Amino acid sequence: MAPRSARAGAAGSGERELLVEADVARTIARMAHQIIEKTALDAPDAPHVVLLGIPTRGAPLARRLSAKIAEFTGVTIPTGTVDVTLYRDDLRRRPARPLEPTSLPAGGLDDALVVLVDDVLFSGRTVRAALDALRDHGRPAAVQLAVLIDRGHRELPIRADYVGKNVPTARSEEVSVRLAELDGADAVLLRRPDPRSSDTADPVGDGPSGDEAAGDTR
Amino acid sequence: MRHLLSIADLDAQAANALLDTADRLEQTLLGRQVRKLPTLRGRTVVTVFYENSTRTRVSFEIAGKWMSADVINVSIGASSVGKGESLRDTALTLAAAGADCVVVRHPASGAAHRLARWLADTGVAVVNAGDGTHEHPTQALLDAQTLRQRLGDLAGRRVAVVGDVLHSRVARSNVLLLTLLGARVVLVAPPTLLPSGVGSWPVEVSHDLDAVLGGVDAVMMLRVQAERMHGGFFPTAREYAVGYGLNQRRLDLLPEHAPVLHPGPMLRGMEIGSTVADSERALVTDQVRNGVHLRMAVLYHLLAGEEAE
Repeated sequence: MAPRSARAGAAGSGERELLVEADVARTIARMAHQIIEKTALDAPDAPHVVLLGIPTRGAPLARRLSAKIAEFTGVTIPTGTVDVTLYRDDLRRRPARPLEPTSLPAGGLDDALVVLVDDVLFSGRTVRAALDALRDHGRPAAVQLAVLIDRGHRELPIRADYVGKNVPTARSEEVSVRLAELDGADAVLLRRPDPRSSDTADPVGDGPSGDEAAGDTR
Repeated sequence: MRHLLSIADLDAQAANALLDTADRLEQTLLGRQVRKLPTLRGRTVVTVFYENSTRTRVSFEIAGKWMSADVINVSIGASSVGKGESLRDTALTLAAAGADCVVVRHPASGAAHRLARWLADTGVAVVNAGDGTHEHPTQALLDAQTLRQRLGDLAGRRVAVVGDVLHSRVARSNVLLLTLLGARVVLVAPPTLLPSGVGSWPVEVSHDLDAVLGGVDAVMMLRVQAERMHGGFFPTAREYAVGYGLNQRRLDLLPEHAPVLHPGPMLRGMEIGSTVADSERALVTDQVRNGVHLRMAVLYHLLAGEEAE
């Protein structure tokens, strides 16, 4: 995995800050409200909702959404993580990736309303892998998708139920979500390829079907 | 990682990556009714065993199948080897037939390295599942994983490796790996069952098992390899058991936290007493279970990464 800069916040040359810290907090709060509204998780006959983050950055996002939902409704929604590495369809296009933890809530996923949480929605291949992984872990009643950023360029018929921000991007650009838990501060950056550098080509030559964020974020 | 031929080819980072992947795989499969991952769909693993094996062969087969690889076992007795085909021709045949990975066990030390050289142009990965008295890297890795689960970080731990070191590829791989992970190794054996160059190994050597047992964090027993012995290495089996067998009295000398490992097959009454083998201190079945996850990790690192150009 490519080492990531721990510097968050201030955008460097060729980088544009799409969201600053306060924007990220507001966006997550809004997404939490949307999840409450759409799932009716605080109603008397509420469904059994589970927030499952896709590592790396989907995991802290799921925990933050759960905390916000608890703050707004008093209802504690269980969270977990589901690693999709073993289910990816691009494993043979890049060096073997380290596996990330999978931890499911104690009650499992059977008959739950599972909300998958990820940082960036791009080609949709990570989500496809996550759906395959879920199938091996149980039979949720329904699966929804929450993403902080939808940058377009879908390669599969997949859409998000909850979107923090839609960002039109060029394929060659890179969206980088930074979260305090992992990167020291919250920010979302858009990096334009440096026309003088030779690394503007897709590292795996397959467009977005590499990592969703086109940077090696997991 | 192109091949896994020897622990000597790994650095600490690569070794830990394999152990971490094995732990994650175990966690991923825990409690599942259907133990099947799609990761290696469309990949073909061939096991070729020129020596008998139960654990290693079965665990490689299960490891491949749990990751959806097609696994083919070549039974040497029923293969063209019986007609006089050389190892090289067998290897080239397997590559031509479409194998992505060849898992080989052979009585000659260095056979796996040879095979990897012959297959260098084919992109086929070679895994050494034991070559003569040289190495058995996946056994050492699963032993380290078993120890790590019980003891945590192995750095600074002291591990006794006891018995027929001379003929043991398991001992060689374990000395390399444990040392790589920061543990200290003490070899305990009669002088006749130690290799001549042991003085240059990064280990302590002792001939007195009772004196060592009180000061170690784990003990690894080795099988007495009668099939490789063509001389009088010790007078009688009884005398060996008295000097170097792990019986109940010796188990009581071990610190309470120290587990007992054995690569199998165990010769009960020879190097390990039956009560010890069946006690909770013996992690033999843990080793076998870890062997599957560890070999899944090896196949993942060899076959799930970038395709060879």
